[in-house]
Amino acid sequence: MIAMLLAGGQGSRLGVLTESVAKPAVSFGGKYRIIDFPLSNCINSGIDTVGVLTQYQPLRLNTHIGIGIPWDLDRNYGGVTVLPPYEKSTSSEWYTGTANAIYQNLVYMEQYSPKYVLILSGDHIYKMDYEVMLDFHKENKADVTIATMPVPLEEAKRFGIVIADEDKKINDFEEKPENPRSNLASMGIYIFNFKVLKQALIAMKDQSNCDFGKHIIPYCHGKGKRLFAYEYNGYWKDVGTLGSYWEANMELIDLIPEFNLYEEYWKIYTKCDIIEPQYLAPEAVVERSIIGEGAEIYGEVYNCVIGAGVTIGRGTIVRDSIIMKGATIGNNVTIDRAIIAEHCVISDNVTMGVGEEVPNKYNESIYGFGLVVVGEESHIPAYISVGKNTAISGFTTRDDYPDGVLPSGEVIIKAGDAE
Amino acid sequence: MKAVGIILAGGNSNRMQELSSKRAVAAMPIVGSFRSIDFALSNMSNSHVQTVAVLTQYSARSLNEHLSSSKWWDFGRKQGGLYVFNPTVTADNSWWYRGTADAMYQNIDFLKKRHEPYVIICSGDCIYKMDYNKVLDYHIEKKADVTIVCKDMECGEDVDRFGVIRMDEESRILDFEEKPMITESNTISTGIYVVRRRQLIEMLERSAVEGRYDFVTDILIRYKNIKRMYGYKMTEYWSNIATVESYFQTNMDFLNPDVRKYFFRETPAIYSRVDDLPPAKYNPGSEVRNSLISSGCIINSKVEDSILFKKVFVGKNCVIKNSIILNDVYIGDNTHIENCIVESRGTLNANSYYKGEDGIKIVSEKNHRYVL
Repeated sequence: MIAMLLAGGQGSRLGVLTESVAKPAVSFGGKYRIIDFPLSNCINSGIDTVGVLTQYQPLRLNTHIGIGIPWDLDRNYGGVTVLPPYEKSTSSEWYTGTANAIYQNLVYMEQYSPKYVLILSGDHIYKMDYEVMLDFHKENKADVTIATMPVPLEEAKRFGIVIADEDKKINDFEEKPENPRSNLASMGIYIFNFKVLKQALIAMKDQSNCDFGKHIIPYCHGKGKRLFAYEYNGYWKDVGTLGSYWEANMELIDLIPEFNLYEEYWKIYTKCDIIEPQYLAPEAVVERSIIGEGAEIYGEVYNCVIGAGVTIGRGTIVRDSIIMKGATIGNNVTIDRAIIAEHCVISDNVTMGVGEEVPNKYNESIYGFGLVVVGEESHIPAYISVGKNTAISGFTTRDDYPDGVLPSGEVIIKAGDAE
Repeated sequence: MKAVGIILAGGNSNRMQELSSKRAVAAMPIVGSFRSIDFALSNMSNSHVQTVAVLTQYSARSLNEHLSSSKWWDFGRKQGGLYVFNPTVTADNSWWYRGTADAMYQNIDFLKKRHEPYVIICSGDCIYKMDYNKVLDYHIEKKADVTIVCKDMECGEDVDRFGVIRMDEESRILDFEEKPMITESNTISTGIYVVRRRQLIEMLERSAVEGRYDFVTDILIRYKNIKRMYGYKMTEYWSNIATVESYFQTNMDFLNPDVRKYFFRETPAIYSRVDDLPPAKYNPGSEVRNSLISSGCIINSKVEDSILFKKVFVGKNCVIKNSIILNDVYIGDNTHIENCIVESRGTLNANSYYKGEDGIKIVSEKNHRYVL
């Protein structure tokens, strides 16, 4: 079995976090990136041939994956291959949908003549043995197996829902139904018999924005193929919104987290270029937090997920926040409920996450949850006060903050290249 | 690069006490996430030395495991790469390495087959950062036969465990004594040498014929009057870890921000084998002050002025002061550890008390570990 990992999506609901990186390359849990979870699952499940389909802002993803060394996917035969869209003699198009992206890489899959193909997406946090799912697929002589997860009925309307009989054979689907008939949500993970997949992709090649959930699965169902629902009961988290992203990070710092990274079994691998230990100064206070390699903590940290190489200055207090790799937080800064992306610089005496909660004026559905979100490589000058439900991106100066304040619900996005 | 590298990593040190009972000094874990040999290897790699031989002998399992893949130091190459030479029995030799010169002599084919004109020799038990190209340029400029990298030690440092050097104004070496009882000079040899490859082969072959096996006493000291030997002074941080006290002190030096900045935040970097551990976790009750904490640690109590290596678990209500806890140690609740080095993979029972009264105490506890 080979795996095809869809990693080309922007993840626009993560707002400024995915301004310059694809969602699968966003940091998670102090030292990881989201794509580490499916990639580690692959190698832990014994899958050593993985095609990673990239499209949106692939630079970080490419550097991260490289030739696959951290996941032992540097192989003579197979291994990891990054598959960007490419020009063809007859047509040149971007990947227009999940299934279209796979269709455009039929040649890649065919060179391994696989019997089964596993389709994954690069934006979920979970540990899953795909081999168990494959066993289920074989046992049922299925053509297509969809991984599903029971969700509370009231939440089922946010998902694609699968209706299956007692033998887990799928009878019907509903996409985000008002009144769901089942609580089995599709996780966006599929195993196909390669022949079935190939035939469906070719048959549907002219479908615009060809998507697995919307087109390929219904097509296979319509053709009378055997579709089965594999039920997964472990931890699985979609980190598609800032709220769920923040929450999933915060769950890692529980005393015994539901999603436990400290187990010997089923390790998660990642590329780490910072390996030295972290330093906590005599005046530092750290409680209920996880901290990555090489961080230097001089201030106080409560309930935080701190990435590798982060510096937190003297007299600074950080609470309930996520601070990603390489960010520098100055002295006497106060930060509450913030997500601060990689390599940001927060100058001295900045206060973040204060005031009333006001709905975001720019995009209420993205920037909410009372969070302050700061995009990659942003710079915030000294003595600035930032409210809740706000977002900042780019190299900001004092002139961007009237009276030195960014009130709750406001957004500053400075586009263009920094000098 | 015009030189091939040799790292001498076969040594044992009595002055490491129990710490060297299960590993060679070069494999000693250091500064939380490294092994001693990482520094020499990273220096080689950062100086663009393409081919490096590591000579091992004493208790090499741990070292071999660490070197099982050379990609971490960028030596996974088609051209050159990392060679590990353990002693072997051959048709005409069944000896262990009888000394540093003998170790190189027994692998003289390696030296003969190379094409690089120079050899850089160093040991695996020193902590430093160095661009060997600078020494090589100096060596060529001085038209030296052998260049020895040396360092002025502070008064009071144990100069008597090193080779002591006296030089003239031109930096030519006048005198070289190995581990003298009393000495005027405080300039010591760091064990880093640059030699022309053919010169080295010639000296090694001659010593072998004479039945002499040590590189320092039987080659450098004997040849000092007939060969052009020069000293290259290094002024940056350098430390040899081959005694318990210096090992402890070297680790503690990294609590100093300047030392960390020099090694970790300035290029080039020091590399090591990566072992995929999660970030360190601080649970309620943790109170960590002036300490270095490595990945995979879980902390539930008080840690002060200490270094926790990888994957250390600290239970509730413990006090850890001025100590070094090596890799994969489990510390039960209510334990007090002060002025200690806790040996790796140990399990300390709850309610135990360890304190080094005068000097550093080495704790090696192999209790049964209950893992949930």
